[in-house]
Amino acid sequence: MSTPLRPTPSPTAAEIRTPLARARGLGSAKAGAEHFWLQRVTAVANVVLVIALVVLIVTLAGADHASVRTALKNPLVSLLFLAFIVSGMTHMRLGMQTIIEDYVRGEGAKFALLMLNTFFAVMVGLTSVYAVLKLSFGA
Amino acid sequence: MLMAQANQKAAGRPARPLSPHLSIYRLSNSMLMSILHRITGGALYFGTLLLAWWLVAAAVGPSYYAFVNGVLWSWPGKIVLIGYTWALMHHMLGGIRHLIWDTGRGFDLKSVNTLSNVTLIGSLALTALIWLVALRMKGLL
Repeated sequence: MSTPLRPTPSPTAAEIRTPLARARGLGSAKAGAEHFWLQRVTAVANVVLVIALVVLIVTLAGADHASVRTALKNPLVSLLFLAFIVSGMTHMRLGMQTIIEDYVRGEGAKFALLMLNTFFAVMVGLTSVYAVLKLSFGA
Repeated sequence: MLMAQANQKAAGRPARPLSPHLSIYRLSNSMLMSILHRITGGALYFGTLLLAWWLVAAAVGPSYYAFVNGVLWSWPGKIVLIGYTWALMHHMLGGIRHLIWDTGRGFDLKSVNTLSNVTLIGSLALTALIWLVALRMKGLL
């Protein structure tokens, strides 16, 4: 089968690219499985940690400063709080990321909120960790 | 006309058919649980500020802790904390439901309905239990 000769318009780069080449790089960021898995791992951890924390906090409900300080002097209690802070902040950051990606339309607003989401989770987490360590190590 | 279709028209593109969305379906129990799972997740996100505040107050010292404790144990504070407790329990039970689904189990209609009811009734029951015990221990009940 011979191709009839006809004047070819000078092809631009876009036209000579194959459909595959044009589609490449436009899909997901290839990090979806990790996001899914980390959400599940922290979810399982949170179930255990939340139950333990709720029991602890119920016994401390409305307690005075001295009892709270005594409770957090216990390394196991401190570790429980630290584990929950790390697992909880990771889990909520991933969850809020999904909410932002679902509902925020503009690319600029989306990236700004995704960054803000990380800053929020890291700052709330670090502040809580700092407070727990200060209570745990004395002062 | 749906808003998205109006947007398409405004952008000079023909209105294309859209997949049915929330407003099309009759509200089902599992649909409500799904919506509540996301709302409670969002609420818990900001609720962590309360936990951080309480920890910081304890780290700062007795007088600031007494102030924060007073705010949290006031009646408006208690109502917020009861809401926080319910959100936590609902999101936890809803999460367990999702973990069960992740194993490929519980997708038949009967199981879906059972899991939805367990999530709702369980979250209310656990919240009531936690607060009964907490108020009892404080001698408030």
